[in-house]
Amino acid sequence: MSNEKEKQGVSRRDFLKTTGIATGTLIGGGIIGGLVGYNANKGSGKNEKTGETQQGQNHEINVGLQHFKTMKSFNILSQATERILPEDDLGPGAIVLGVPYFIDNQLAGAYGMNAKEYMQGPFEDGAVTQGYQSRLTRAQIFDQGIAKLEEEAQSRFKKGFEELEPDQMDEILTAFQKGEVKMEAVTSMFFFTLLRQATLEGAYSDPIYNGNRNMEGWKMKGFPGHQYSYAKDIESKEFIEYKPQSISSMTHK
Amino acid sequence: MATTLDKVDVLTVGVGWTGGIVAAECAKSGLKVRGLERGEARGTEDYSMVHDEFRYAIRYELFQNLSRETITFRNNRQMNALPMRMMGSFLLGEGLGGAGTHWNGQNWRFLPYDFEIKSQTEKKYGKDKIGKDFLLQDWGITYDELEPYFTKFEYTAGISGEDTNPFWGKRSKPFPTPPMKKTPILEKFEKATTNLGYHPFMMPSANLSEPYENPDGSTIAACQYCGFCERFGCEYGAKSSAEITVVPTALETGNYDIRYHSNVVEVLKKGNKVTGVRFYDTVTGEEFIQPADVVVLTSYVLNNAKLLMVSNIGEQYDPDTGRGTLGKNYCYQILPGATGFFDDEQFNTYMGAGALGMTIDDFNGDSFDHSKLDFIHGASLSLTQPGLRPIAFNPVPPDTPAWGAEFKKASVHYYTRALSIGGQGASMPYKENYMSLDSTYKDAYGVPLLRLTYNFTDQDRALHKYLSERSAEIMKEMGANTIAPANPLTDYDIVPYQTTHNTGGTVMGNDPAISVVNTWLQHWDAENLFVVGAGNFAHNSGYNPTGTVGALAYRCAEGIIKYSKTGGSLV
Repeated sequence: MSNEKEKQGVSRRDFLKTTGIATGTLIGGGIIGGLVGYNANKGSGKNEKTGETQQGQNHEINVGLQHFKTMKSFNILSQATERILPEDDLGPGAIVLGVPYFIDNQLAGAYGMNAKEYMQGPFEDGAVTQGYQSRLTRAQIFDQGIAKLEEEAQSRFKKGFEELEPDQMDEILTAFQKGEVKMEAVTSMFFFTLLRQATLEGAYSDPIYNGNRNMEGWKMKGFPGHQYSYAKDIESKEFIEYKPQSISSMTHK
Repeated sequence: MATTLDKVDVLTVGVGWTGGIVAAECAKSGLKVRGLERGEARGTEDYSMVHDEFRYAIRYELFQNLSRETITFRNNRQMNALPMRMMGSFLLGEGLGGAGTHWNGQNWRFLPYDFEIKSQTEKKYGKDKIGKDFLLQDWGITYDELEPYFTKFEYTAGISGEDTNPFWGKRSKPFPTPPMKKTPILEKFEKATTNLGYHPFMMPSANLSEPYENPDGSTIAACQYCGFCERFGCEYGAKSSAEITVVPTALETGNYDIRYHSNVVEVLKKGNKVTGVRFYDTVTGEEFIQPADVVVLTSYVLNNAKLLMVSNIGEQYDPDTGRGTLGKNYCYQILPGATGFFDDEQFNTYMGAGALGMTIDDFNGDSFDHSKLDFIHGASLSLTQPGLRPIAFNPVPPDTPAWGAEFKKASVHYYTRALSIGGQGASMPYKENYMSLDSTYKDAYGVPLLRLTYNFTDQDRALHKYLSERSAEIMKEMGANTIAPANPLTDYDIVPYQTTHNTGGTVMGNDPAISVVNTWLQHWDAENLFVVGAGNFAHNSGYNPTGTVGALAYRCAEGIIKYSKTGGSLV
């Protein structure tokens, strides 16, 4: 059962009423404080400016490579993510969603450099239950993993990974998933786990991170992103489809 | 050379729920209180960009930076403990409010049975019910004695709920605010559990059903059901936490200050008293001594235990001899449950609140007969609607591949068509599960990391299986087309997120031979040192811990005020 009407979500004015701020019950910081200062007496109550221009359009000219040095590495990554989340009749796959750019950009920052992970030695393999014990950063693991994808393609099919048929790519990715491909200082299983997780992150994170292009990942799943409130609709027996909204709507009013 | 600061009456190490409660009560009574918090100041205004699953939930915006400090872990003493290099199984908090900032807000009182678990279990089932390797012990205090403190915490936090559960302890007052909205998803659970003869009720929630002013004059807003609670701070000030309640209360007295970026590395002890703490300013790198008449350890479970260990206060537990109390009775939470996949119904699963749910306690504590079962205790079983977010939630029926076309189709389809019943299962103390100091790995200050030795036991596996079966039956009654009970428990794995309900290590009791602190949370070996938090739990119950932690903090505060007048042991 699906209620097809597209809802705009709760307006700022409605929102102020339901929290109690409009009646003076509360002194709020955060969103409440910001709204009172910024917009409490303005506008019709509709979110007039949540158009696409603020939320992820012009994607092509705003994204680029921050980590990978060659298009070849980037293209191998792209094909691998597309196999994890392929385009189908439900919607776009990883490539159209911008997932490869998302991963590239993440690898160039704190995630790729393991800025918040404990990286002191000594390093030992340990048991599976003890988790990540590699001395490598995620950026190093991706670089090595992508080189190994290419190596596997050459040794199994005498072709580059990018040129393989989808089922050949799947065969190689499955070997990685099972930990059958030899890697240095990390298992191929661990690389695959990172790759799969990063693909899902790129497909469904807010578009401000350069994936989930035009919020197509969210639209596919029915996730509305950043909405002020569901207080008025939480008891609805119908499934409600909201027009999704990026957190960038907070900064581009 | 460390700089020595002016002495204060009461010093708390860490400022979350427990540090905030102790500060508010002591400052109101006229004591001069200082909180040392290693993280940053923060409040509602800092959570305005919080509707960002990736930044907060996936990249751990609010959590401890493990590059500076983590723990080491092994399943048993035969293994080498290795560092938890990435966050996983549990999420360590940091900054004002601590883990109480990013909680879901599910707020429970442990059962009367919990506080007398050893005597009640032996009385009903005999001495050998689960075997002598389980270190069951009574808490030295009863539910009735703790009841006023539970009430106090609930009124501070404004908890929303209904007192219709026949299995929990008697309440002296009604809930301060009515229960949250009952959604169609919850009604489905209510109907199914009622049909099966169980007793569903609305989960007690710290996401408030209506605006509330607490007895200290703090205001908490009404929940907007936006679906961003666990791992997030509340941008509306609608989820009770220390920074919107007890911390401002303490600050308003003029008797309280908080020093941020202050990482305590040692509690200083002389004779049978502590004299203060040593800490580093994490910004300047300077070392300080903060003298205090009373020191209260109010950081997370793991760090409270670690500080006692590195300061040589108390006797380290030794699993070979059974001697020592510090680090013993480490427990976790067992998580049975079942997921149901609905082919013909679609639900607004993206809406919700962390503690929006309905629960049954028919299989919790000793609500049901265990004579023919090979475990004790049980779990609260709940269906919650916390707001499911798309990166973390990709439900697929059993036997679906983990990636590729089939995975995509199923995970997209079932994102709004899957519901889960989850149990907060009790965890019993076992002689091989404990905390100690690591001999190899160190933190950013050169202090040894805490070492966790932990695995699930047969008791845990039996409880998990039984409660997962019950969950699957409920899911069937709810009409799911496909039902997937939780996978059987094998070995504890520190990688996947499970729960931030770590307990024990600084256990309370009325016998110094088996506890670290007395029932006022006063250390047996240092009368002006108090240690409070889930570390005081002698075992973990079939509920989330915060309500009981809050009650213990109020009890602790009363003890400190009493101690500051009389001195000496409070028992």
